[in-house]
Amino acid sequence: MIRKTEKNTLLQSETLRDTVVRYVLMILMVIVFFGLILLIYGINPIQSYKDIFSSTLGSAYGFSEVVVAMIPMLITALAVAIPWQVGLINVGGEGQLYIGAAFATWGALTFSSLPAYILLPLMIVLGMLGGALWSFIPAYMKAIGLVNETITALLLNSVAPKLVGFLIFGYWHSAMDTVKTANFVSAARLPTFFGTRIHLGLIIALVLLICFWFVMKYTRWGLEMRSIGGNSHAALRNGLPVKAYLIIVACIGGAIGGLAGMTQVSGFYGVLVNNFSTGTGFMGFLICWLAGGKPLGILLMSFVVAVITAGGNMLQLTQDLPYAVINILLAFTLFIVLARPSFFGRNKA
Amino acid sequence: MTTLAILGVLSSALFSGTSLLYATLGEIIGQRSGVINLGLEGTLLVSAASGFAVTSITGNPYLGTLVAVIAGGLTNMILGYLVIERGANQLASGLALMFFGYGLSAMIGKAYVGAKIEGLPRIALPGISNLPTLYSSLLSFDILVYLAVPVAILVWWMLFRTRWGLGLRATGENTDAAFSSGRNPKRIRYQSLFIGGLLAGLGAAHLSIAYTMTWAEHMTAGRGFIAIALVIFSRWNPLQAIGGALIFSGAVAFQLLLQSSGVQVSPLLLDTIPYVITLLVLIAMGGTRKQSTPAMLGRVFSGSE
Repeated sequence: MIRKTEKNTLLQSETLRDTVVRYVLMILMVIVFFGLILLIYGINPIQSYKDIFSSTLGSAYGFSEVVVAMIPMLITALAVAIPWQVGLINVGGEGQLYIGAAFATWGALTFSSLPAYILLPLMIVLGMLGGALWSFIPAYMKAIGLVNETITALLLNSVAPKLVGFLIFGYWHSAMDTVKTANFVSAARLPTFFGTRIHLGLIIALVLLICFWFVMKYTRWGLEMRSIGGNSHAALRNGLPVKAYLIIVACIGGAIGGLAGMTQVSGFYGVLVNNFSTGTGFMGFLICWLAGGKPLGILLMSFVVAVITAGGNMLQLTQDLPYAVINILLAFTLFIVLARPSFFGRNKA
Repeated sequence: MTTLAILGVLSSALFSGTSLLYATLGEIIGQRSGVINLGLEGTLLVSAASGFAVTSITGNPYLGTLVAVIAGGLTNMILGYLVIERGANQLASGLALMFFGYGLSAMIGKAYVGAKIEGLPRIALPGISNLPTLYSSLLSFDILVYLAVPVAILVWWMLFRTRWGLGLRATGENTDAAFSSGRNPKRIRYQSLFIGGLLAGLGAAHLSIAYTMTWAEHMTAGRGFIAIALVIFSRWNPLQAIGGALIFSGAVAFQLLLQSSGVQVSPLLLDTIPYVITLLVLIAMGGTRKQSTPAMLGRVFSGSE
């Protein structure tokens, strides 16, 4: 059994000044550590940081790219945050993303003659259905007491990309290229805004985030979910259908994960590419964890991680670093947040 | 299907099961002390890349193996610091370690993609070397394959027959009791994570230096997660882990047999077989594992402060 044992205590028992100083120092630590790595690798760190800054926050285009990178992170983090409320740990975001994308792609390829106002909702429903089915497997195993949901989901994460690859190679690939499908028709693409790559997925993500906040705070369902997450035995004794809740909430989480896949293929790529996601689902888990499952925190943390990813992409292009180096920068950030360094001599872990 | 082809399949299944057995043993030690390392995949990648790089530079596979082993231990120390010293969430720290491993291994291995090395030499057992060359070359393995089962027995002995192992298991079952009987849970957890990392490094070394003899990004392809699944399957018992690794080997052999017998199935679907079979075995075993899970797995211990 793996239990969620401690709450995120980052923001508790600190004055605002301490919090700000703390975050600034933590960011400085990340910058210094990663700079050292770049230096060892023979790359000028100051120039690299200039590149990162100018390519993300330094221009309107750069900022729009950060927002684009943020969309799947917001949605996958939400896919973790919802099951989190009832004490379920959803590490299967990566698999749900792939299966959701595959279901949505099937819709886009099969019903390509439908108008956008029918096709897009259909793809959304299909994507959510795919993700929900994929997360139903671990949730059901858990509910009938067979296998821990974490390990099932992790194994399924390895299966999903191969399954999607099989569909692409075997059936869906375009005439020109075997590693991707034909480009989606324009009716199957989520609309974009302001001439940038920001797409409707952003609105969907923000609306979902607000719904999540509202449901958890103001409805009976939210209260019941929180009580199951707090003490599932007590909830059971109070007559709550705990098992049904666990399965349904896990499937809702999976559906959101599938939706993230749908928005990626429909909004961002416009085509289903083999192995299109490299760890977005895992990032969702980390973002949700860093944010303590809170909606506002998810928004902030997604933004921070998106800056790192977008900046890292730029670094890869200009400095010829492997893509995976972004993972080092991300890992350093996470390590430092996880270590909760105490700059003020209190706040002992 | 000739006998030779079947032997070839079995031999390469044994090769791919070996690295998994080492990784599983390492994870068992860590989990027995109460720390779950979800970042095993990252540890494996860092070890595989650094071991391969050193072998490629020095031309000495033994030196490469040694470096891989040490790299594994050190990588696990990052997790140790976060979860033991700072009381961080174990799952989140593990995933962060996984990302770290993806990144660091890609950086280390970048210059060595496609490089060729002399792998660990294969040693034929006395009886085998008399067979025709084709057979004997298929049936001779490197030293790490021969050592895998003895190491599993050694780990079992350490965990269940030594005072150190008793303290380690006590830490995993009831940290407070272990602490109040004079053990140092933090030190024990560091030790077990370090040794677990060494074993994971050995498995990774076998993968990159002895089995594939190449380096590619993400070359472990989910083996870390399969190892974690096998820990549950083996009920945290090193001897049963041998069985787990054999099941995995069997799955790989099945996959290779299907591939080589010319059955018209997509290789991508065949690639999912080891994961699916691992999952099915877990399901078949389900419900019986509760008693053997270390009770304090995943918990933060802060009693000594």
